[in-house]
Amino acid sequence: MNESAPPKPGDIAPVRSIGVRTPMVDGPEKVTGRARFSADFVEGEALVGRILRSPVAHAEIARIDTAAAEAMPGVLAVVTGADFRDTFGVLPIAMNEWPVARGRVRYRGEPVAAVAAVDVATAQAALDAIVVEYDELPAYFTAEDARAPDAVQLHESRPGNLERHVDYEIGDVDGGFATADLVRERSYHCAEVCQVQTEPHAAIADYDAERDRLTVRPSTQVPFYVHLMLERTLGMPRSRIRVAKPHVGGGFGCRTETLNVELIAGALARKAKGTVRIVVSREETFITHRGRPEQTVRLRIGMRRDGRIVAVDCETVQRGGGYSSYGVVTILYSGSMLFALYDLEAVRYNGYRVLTNTPPCGAFRGHGTVNVRFAFESLIDEMAAELGLDPFAMRRANLLSAPTFSANDLMINSYGLPECLDIVERESGWTARKGKTGKLRGLGVACSHYVSGASKPVHWTGEPHATIHIKLDFDGCLTILTGAPEIGQGSSTILTQCVAEVLGIDPGRCRIIASDSAITPKDNGAYSSRVTFMVGNAAIDAATNLKTMLVEAAARKLEVAPEDVECLGEVYRAGTQDEGLSFDEVVMAALEGTGTITAKGNFDTIPESWGGKKYRGAAIGGSMAFSYAAQVVEVEIDPDTAEIHVVKVWVAHDCGRALNPLTVEGQIEGSVWMGMGQALTEETRYHNGLGITGNMLDYRVPTIVESPPIEAHIVESIDPHGPFGAKEAGEASLAGFIPAVASAVADALGVRVRELPITPDRLMEILEKRDRGASRPAAAEADA
Amino acid sequence: MKTLLSLTLNGRPRDDAVPDNMLLVDYLREVVRLTGTKIGCDGGECGCCTVLVDDRPRHACLTLAAAVQGRRVETIESLERNGRMSAIQRGFHEKLGAQCGFCTPGMVMAAEGLLRENPDPDIPAIRRGLAANICRCTGYVKIIEAVQAAAKENAA
Repeated sequence: MNESAPPKPGDIAPVRSIGVRTPMVDGPEKVTGRARFSADFVEGEALVGRILRSPVAHAEIARIDTAAAEAMPGVLAVVTGADFRDTFGVLPIAMNEWPVARGRVRYRGEPVAAVAAVDVATAQAALDAIVVEYDELPAYFTAEDARAPDAVQLHESRPGNLERHVDYEIGDVDGGFATADLVRERSYHCAEVCQVQTEPHAAIADYDAERDRLTVRPSTQVPFYVHLMLERTLGMPRSRIRVAKPHVGGGFGCRTETLNVELIAGALARKAKGTVRIVVSREETFITHRGRPEQTVRLRIGMRRDGRIVAVDCETVQRGGGYSSYGVVTILYSGSMLFALYDLEAVRYNGYRVLTNTPPCGAFRGHGTVNVRFAFESLIDEMAAELGLDPFAMRRANLLSAPTFSANDLMINSYGLPECLDIVERESGWTARKGKTGKLRGLGVACSHYVSGASKPVHWTGEPHATIHIKLDFDGCLTILTGAPEIGQGSSTILTQCVAEVLGIDPGRCRIIASDSAITPKDNGAYSSRVTFMVGNAAIDAATNLKTMLVEAAARKLEVAPEDVECLGEVYRAGTQDEGLSFDEVVMAALEGTGTITAKGNFDTIPESWGGKKYRGAAIGGSMAFSYAAQVVEVEIDPDTAEIHVVKVWVAHDCGRALNPLTVEGQIEGSVWMGMGQALTEETRYHNGLGITGNMLDYRVPTIVESPPIEAHIVESIDPHGPFGAKEAGEASLAGFIPAVASAVADALGVRVRELPITPDRLMEILEKRDRGASRPAAAEADA
Repeated sequence: MKTLLSLTLNGRPRDDAVPDNMLLVDYLREVVRLTGTKIGCDGGECGCCTVLVDDRPRHACLTLAAAVQGRRVETIESLERNGRMSAIQRGFHEKLGAQCGFCTPGMVMAAEGLLRENPDPDIPAIRRGLAANICRCTGYVKIIEAVQAAAKENAA
């Protein structure tokens, strides 16, 4: 719209932003190359930071001598573990990682020293000059080896190398199995996977020695947690630290915790009294890891003849890596998120999170839920087939009815899963095509879900979950100030739309500044799909408060009562015949006597969403709302190579109100596709703890060539607590792809694959085993 | 050893003394300070550094700066004309071909190279043209739409 032409009262109406397909507000920067990421701050005098990494997987550091490196011309700083004041980590009870190893190294590639030098060659020479002697310890690369009775403990406070054993039973599980018509038990194995966001980790840190101030620009999803960890590990007052997030090249969870890269950059900058830029390599990004753990799931389910699930017994083990990271949360999610998708009454859960001498695992998109969902959906699909039930009918026999609470006390107020199932059944032509797609073709279906923000924050401080400021000044421009990190998911666009919608203004009137501790309010960060739900609600609150101020100002100017003022977005008037006041006139009226306005908005979760108290850690999984997804995957298999070609995916995702259908589709498509990577090709592998897939060729991220068409459908089950009824859109659709493709393979070939990724090698092996054992009773791997 | 590198960069002639072992991507980012071209891997894996050399897409991380002597090099910074995004940039923006934006400069330059060679690519041709570029956000669905939209705009 043309802002300079004054609108006529007759044809003015509030501008609608919600539900409008809106390209991202920071899109032009990204497509023109103007968007600056951490590595792009090429400052004149910036020093090069480089990290020395351990060549062994488990050892005491006997000696470390940095004297020669420190004496080299052009070397401004060398740091070791001794330069840090404290450990860091995620949970207050599990901060057991040093930014640079101190005393002991626990995985191959762990930082043991770092240098800041004038150029790359000098930095590399300095690393080469550092002498480290190691007393090697036995190292454990599998959860099983680490749990052996005589295994050396990685951490003093973790007997048996067990980070956490979660153990509970909800409902009468044995009684449930007794009423089942069919009970089946299967084991599943999921390889470790890594986020492989396209931007390698990077940080630029600037230390102002004159005033003892540190500014860090990290590639992070949690700038505020980085701030706290800089304070803790460097022993600097938090008031002297500024964390400003630049553009971030994806995260998918590996940046939902502070990484050693940004802490090392801070330490080097302070010691060198200057600016230090660390850009780690792709291989180092793989070593820093924080991906999804290798996980085994042993699952036993009891089902009645009508498809109703009556009992679940799940035991799962995660290989967590050398440090705690999100481990306790991940193993709790794996249990709690068995619930809230279907109506389950009786569930026994045993989850083991194990410490091993591999890079630490963290929170990967669909945190904790994905591998267990693969097992669950695979098994119920297999059981339905055995009972002669259609997979859709079986799932419909287990639906929840909202509003409700799950058996483990998760609050569910909106539930669009039935509609998701209807849509993908119809659009894929399931009824007509299932079983008739041809010999090497198959269809599979699966469901999945996810939280819309963790209702209890990791750091409980008593502050609201989210705070937004809107600054309004004489120019009539609204500057939205948010701590919510825009990492490419489109949060800044969504927040702009929320504010514009409440005020009925052109979103072009708004600017948004995200995640700079010197300017914006604090925010917990971009994780657990919390931003749209929580920060969106805070944005609505702030905009509503601002609107109240503007209406009151208009009322004063028009000499009427505030309730008689009609807000038409760009015009405020007191009656249909009134010419009204332009937005700029209302703004000037509002500034009279007060000057620049800052409107503030907050959001808090309600106690009913906190997940109950049935077992220790029951808060994990608690959320204000759950998103739901169903998808059908069609595959075609090459008979000679056993290569799985995904022909098409039909997915329906219940995200509540789709605030921005364009970006919702982008999130759904990206999730489904990332699920495909995990299902078919992706796997981090180690040889004696040495990463052997530390690049994007050996770690096979799907290219555009093998990526299928994805038909994304949006289901809008309006959630009563969501911002305009919205819920999560960016995670739930990942998990369902994996069991759906496994079921499609079973449909095509008659073999059920229970090991990820389903590479041609694995599939060929299973087929050969089946064919060899054709005369014997069905082999464990081939009995679909 | 250094070479006096003379090239046409984004339409302007330039001369720089560059070390013989300097990669084109480091020359662009660290010497010229055009940081739109990204580095996403340790060499030839991701395509984030794609630039055009004489209209053809090239990995700037696998090209020595000295190897573009006398050549025409174009980076993401060159596509805007008179303050307007080019058709391919507009396509990526409006169709959401970019989410985090890190692969985008390379992806856009690869697509630009493709469209110069084949103004009306079908979907298999788009897939082939962008096969060397990894995106981790979009699942490529909207990237294909972005290229199609740009081809349509160019034809209009």
